[in-house]
Amino acid sequence: MIQIDNLSKNYGTVQAVNSISFSLNDGEIVGFLGANGAGKSTTLKMITGYITPSSGNVHIGDKNIIDDCIDIQKMVGYLPELNPLYAEMKVHEYLKFHASIRGITGDKFTESLKKVVRECGLQGVVHRTIGNCSKGYKQRIGLAAAMIHDPKILILDEPVTGLDPNQIVEIRGLIKKLGKEKLVLMSSHILQEIQATVDRIIIIDEGKIVADGTSDELISGAQGMTQLHLEISNTEENVIQEMKTAISGVELKNVSKNNDVYNIQIEYPSDTDPRKDIFNYAVENSCVITEMRVTEKNLEDIFRNLTGRVDEGVNGE
Amino acid sequence: MVNNILTIFKKELHSFFTSPMAYIFLVVFALINGYFFNIQFFLINESDMRVLFGIVPLVYLFFIPAVSMGLISREKSLGTIEIISTMPILERDIVIGKYLAGFVLILLGLVTTLIHYLTLCYVGTSIDHGAVFTGYIGLALLGGVYTAVSLFASSLTDNQVIAFIIGIAIVLIFFMMDKLLFFVPSSMSSVVQFLSTDFHLSNMSRGVLDTRNLIYFFSVIGFFLSVTTRILESRKWN
Repeated sequence: MIQIDNLSKNYGTVQAVNSISFSLNDGEIVGFLGANGAGKSTTLKMITGYITPSSGNVHIGDKNIIDDCIDIQKMVGYLPELNPLYAEMKVHEYLKFHASIRGITGDKFTESLKKVVRECGLQGVVHRTIGNCSKGYKQRIGLAAAMIHDPKILILDEPVTGLDPNQIVEIRGLIKKLGKEKLVLMSSHILQEIQATVDRIIIIDEGKIVADGTSDELISGAQGMTQLHLEISNTEENVIQEMKTAISGVELKNVSKNNDVYNIQIEYPSDTDPRKDIFNYAVENSCVITEMRVTEKNLEDIFRNLTGRVDEGVNGE
Repeated sequence: MVNNILTIFKKELHSFFTSPMAYIFLVVFALINGYFFNIQFFLINESDMRVLFGIVPLVYLFFIPAVSMGLISREKSLGTIEIISTMPILERDIVIGKYLAGFVLILLGLVTTLIHYLTLCYVGTSIDHGAVFTGYIGLALLGGVYTAVSLFASSLTDNQVIAFIIGIAIVLIFFMMDKLLFFVPSSMSSVVQFLSTDFHLSNMSRGVLDTRNLIYFFSVIGFFLSVTTRILESRKWN
């Protein structure tokens, strides 16, 4: 439903977004993942018409953001980063303000209000002043405002930043519920958050898309090698080092010793399985294997591989 | 369009009256005007309102930039500008809605001075009601000009204090123009005088309702609202 074509944005000489293209389909929850400053928010701001692309375009149905900005803004619900709100307004007044701009008044507004209050769990705070609500409720209010006109597309910029773990679980559940009937595009720099919430992940780095697929696709695509953790005792260093020549395809990535127990990280091609050979090698050399397990690669590893660095924001907050 | 303007207008007016700002403005505005009007009114012993029409523009100089300084700059500092700018609403409608809210508050301030007119009707004789009427029209239009200027100043920055200072500086220029004609080359003096707000206001407070004065006020208001709209739109291209 959303088609992004060669979208770019320059801030002076800095290219924040560099000719990115992708399409998003109805009923998808898509995570837009990237380190701080990767170009996530700039892309979302261009999709919502807050800033105009330097080149490229955003198409939603037969409309595009350059020529039909207002029409596209009618179709989209947007929760900006940091969720700015009018603190002096009461919750129902704020939602009425949003609804009114979108032409929803009278009985139609009453119905929409009931619906978003129920869906976002705002029953207890409808008549409360926004400034007096907790951060979790404020995030729900922002979401409720974004969906008061029942848009088919919801764009959420870092919707869980700054929330406590309980609130994160609540908002995550709400987004998943919304994703059943809407196209949700949410950005985050927290890998665990994206992995837990979305169907599809687009990774952006330095203004370019570096990966696009489901969490499983990205993990399996990046998995040329399998990692094995081995804990072994009653052995010597040279026996361990000879393992890589004795068993073909095995690489020792990391060997550490703690009280006569060796912890070894082994890597081998995913299309082979040398675990039986490793076991036999240990028996032949009178070693005792106390643990042997395959360790899964996760998105964090993939992100590091794709962007070539470990970003402080990517490990979670 | 009208619906959107009305929605923004109501939101801003609501914002004024849910904080102490509107009440402080109305009370202090009424007290200052009342004090300076009454100390002179009973001294000169004349049945007209020209004293008030001389005081209010001075009070406007500080009060209007103060009332309007946050109309756009506050949205910028809070980040809510992103909320309204991604709603299906034209920047022009946002500017007009905010302008009208500021202007209505100024008009309410002006309404508080009507008590002096009632006093005049009660104690005075041979009152020129026409001159009072055109004088009030002039004050309302002057308030309109200063509100448009202050809204423009508010759109330039996300800092309300800076918006206030810029607003005062510009309205002061409009106010002072015809008082500095002495320093202006004679060939330019009539142009500078025509650009001054006081020149047009003095005509109206004498009871003269000239279309040139009305065109001047509406043109300046239109100019500043238009520039403010362009400034809001320019964020898209930065």
